[in-house]
Amino acid sequence: MTHVAEAQAGHAHDAHDHAPQAFIWKYVFSKDHKVIGVQYYVTAMLMAVVAGLLAMLIRVQIAWPPATQEPQTQQVESLRLSPPPAPIRAATDATGSVLTKGYAKMDKGYQMKPEFYAMLFTMHGTIMVFFVLSTAPVSGFGNMLIPLQVGARDMAFPFLNGLSFWTFLPGCVVILLSFFVEAGAAAAGWTSYPPLSALKSAVPGSQMGQTLWIIAMVFFIASFTMGGLNFVTTILNLRTKGLSLFRMSTTMWAMFLVAILGLLAFPALIAGSLLLLFDRHFGTSFYLPAGIILSGKVMPNSGGSPLLWQHLFWFLGHPEVYILMLPALGFTSDIIAAFSRKAIFGYKAMIGAMIAISGLSFVVWGHHMFVSGMSPYLGMAFAVGTILIAVPSAVKVFNWLATLWQSRIQFHTAMLWALGVVSLFISGGLSGVWLGQSAVDIHLHDTMFVVAHFHLIMAGAALFGVFGATAYWFPKMFGRMMNETLGKWHFWFTFITYYGTFFPMHYVGISGQMRRVYNPYEYDFLKPVQDINVFITYCALILGVSQVIFFINFFWSAFKGRKAEGNPWNAAGLEWTTPSPPPHGNWPGEIPEVHRWPYDYSVPDAPQDFVLQTDPSPIGALKPGGGH
Amino acid sequence: MSKLQGLLFALATVVLVAVSTYYFVARDWLPELHSDRGAIDAAIWWSLLVTGIVFIATNLLLAYFTWRYSDTPGAKAAYWHDSPKLEISWTAVTAAILLVFLFNALNLWGSLVDPKTIPADAVTIEVTAQQFAWNFRYPGQDGQFGKTDVKLADPEMGNFLGTDTKDPATADDIVTPQGVLVVPEGRTVLLKIRSLDVIHSFFLPNFRVKQDAMPGLTIQTWFKPTKAGKYEIACAEHCGLGHYKMKGTMFVLAADAFQAAMASQEAFDAASGPLTQPTQ
Repeated sequence: MTHVAEAQAGHAHDAHDHAPQAFIWKYVFSKDHKVIGVQYYVTAMLMAVVAGLLAMLIRVQIAWPPATQEPQTQQVESLRLSPPPAPIRAATDATGSVLTKGYAKMDKGYQMKPEFYAMLFTMHGTIMVFFVLSTAPVSGFGNMLIPLQVGARDMAFPFLNGLSFWTFLPGCVVILLSFFVEAGAAAAGWTSYPPLSALKSAVPGSQMGQTLWIIAMVFFIASFTMGGLNFVTTILNLRTKGLSLFRMSTTMWAMFLVAILGLLAFPALIAGSLLLLFDRHFGTSFYLPAGIILSGKVMPNSGGSPLLWQHLFWFLGHPEVYILMLPALGFTSDIIAAFSRKAIFGYKAMIGAMIAISGLSFVVWGHHMFVSGMSPYLGMAFAVGTILIAVPSAVKVFNWLATLWQSRIQFHTAMLWALGVVSLFISGGLSGVWLGQSAVDIHLHDTMFVVAHFHLIMAGAALFGVFGATAYWFPKMFGRMMNETLGKWHFWFTFITYYGTFFPMHYVGISGQMRRVYNPYEYDFLKPVQDINVFITYCALILGVSQVIFFINFFWSAFKGRKAEGNPWNAAGLEWTTPSPPPHGNWPGEIPEVHRWPYDYSVPDAPQDFVLQTDPSPIGALKPGGGH
Repeated sequence: MSKLQGLLFALATVVLVAVSTYYFVARDWLPELHSDRGAIDAAIWWSLLVTGIVFIATNLLLAYFTWRYSDTPGAKAAYWHDSPKLEISWTAVTAAILLVFLFNALNLWGSLVDPKTIPADAVTIEVTAQQFAWNFRYPGQDGQFGKTDVKLADPEMGNFLGTDTKDPATADDIVTPQGVLVVPEGRTVLLKIRSLDVIHSFFLPNFRVKQDAMPGLTIQTWFKPTKAGKYEIACAEHCGLGHYKMKGTMFVLAADAFQAAMASQEAFDAASGPLTQPTQ
């Protein structure tokens, strides 16, 4: 531990007392982790507005698709030479981007075009996964919290940190601009499976839009990698004296693991994306086999395999799922401990579970490919890992429940969100046991059941985690408190409509309703579930609109909220020993020494119902971490 | 204030459990099954039962705790945070239950994908996906498909696959109109699935069959239809603008009717006239 303390001491000298004064250096090109964290956070929230609106349009279409003209039933005389079907092509009147021409005038007023719909679900997924739910919890709260929770003046590489944000932002700009190019944004699904994404004539979005998608992804990954290096280095090298790894908060453990996952997994996607770029523009055939004929034109490619992309994509894609989720699980443990006034139960098991989930996340990617045509033996191997990952996940739920048992729950807004995460983690996690069984997945693959599953466990848990973290750490972000009343209204609207939106998708999924279908009711077997889809859409629209409460609360509280004390929640973690907001350099004087874990709540014989992490008195759990 | 919020959270959780459980059992969501793949349905029902019990139990605990332990004046939280015995037991029990699932899942998967289970009398059919239609071809009496080459494809003439008419094996092949698949009742059907352009997914909701059509690969899957009738074929993988319209119809015929229809292309054309008429 001594080398850490020395590094910390050395670091303290140069970082201290050099707060930049000019607005541009203080708030724009800042190197202060707190400012960068807020920059990431606010950018992610604005991206969420875009992606959320796309989702609402998707839902409107699924509930009330236009009655498409029935294709004339072919009167087949000679079956061998049956007449060719009327080709389905992009509407030809589009001279601008699909965004401006997304709706066509049809018999009954304006109706959405299929190419616009494909763009909606592609961009909704892309923006939400990468630019919102990876960014807000990891880059946003990671940057904000790591130095505060490990006791450092700033991140290990402040310049790299600023650079990573300014690499991220162009990615956002590119992905947003792609809506406005000719033929519109990418439309091959957020997974961008080739050949659909590789051949420009396969779908309109595979023209310029898909290229911009790749470029945005390269920016994003470069930025995320810089962030990851910074996270790992800071957590390993800049912990304050006394803060052993097993005294860190679960949030810090989550950030540590997430950074490692990102560093190991993202390079696969950046490599894969560049190969896709080559296939698209330089005539290579990494993903394109021989014998493709599209719109009557035989493609010159040969030798590639679309399965290669799926392996590369999901080698990133599955750890990415946990990159979204782990921070939320970390926040939840911190928040539940603080507001149940009780030590987190089974701390080491919680950390162990997160490590196990992270490790297993690298050997389960094939469960996205059970019906892809890869070797059935691989299907077996990936089913094993997938089912096993349910064990550490269940451990987390049990430990949260055990923490709540005999506790004293204070229902602040942050606590409601944390309980929401637990609820969603149960609901969304259990359906994973269904989907992990490869044979069951044959029926459920690519149906709304999968959409229900990942929106509950991944998107929902991550989103609720971010909302909880926002309410909890708002004092450290802005030195003010969020409004509790608005916060609770926001929670209840979101909690109820989130379930209303995503739980019924299980039912329509079991009925066989496929994802990404512009008009499900083209199929007779899906006509009976339209009423459920209408219900889902109503819930989704209320869900979307009720986020306005959050934005009002967020911006109003940031400027006008009640001023916060240093430790408004009577929480025990290290970050609560500094003023709100923390000054440049985080602690006005010396960085405090840590003597215990951050979960000493309701310790018998203690003067208060919490013991700060920096308290040297020999009460409570000096232990986790081996202590003294 | 805490009391009210705790009560609300507990109530919301109980309502969630009640409503979601009710809807899971009140209606049979699975499309009617008409194949020999009932084992998949059984696995789904077992999953529903076991995860359902866990869902109800954990949520009721969550509801009880949030109601029971919400903050009241003078309340005090307990101080304990480890119980190796408890932790090891619930980890072990969870692992044991999941291992049973895993064992069954692997067995079931093996029984569905092991080529040794394809009976000798299986009917082989080639399924070729393209934007946005399904093509079906039968090898005829010789059991051989004629060669294809996309360079020979001529959609105007109805030759979507690029069938090589000079290949002798082509002569007795039977090609159905796009989107029309005819299979026999009670005999295993072996599908050889491929794609001419992008990835598609051959989905038979009533038969628990779903298999991606991957350009460059020919992937086989097999199942036994058990009830004559007319069923929908869907595309389950986003394949472009017309994805939502990429549907087909599968006709399950009585075995002898199928045999007769598949004697030759002419026999099929004659037999299939009534099939492809619009039926209301």
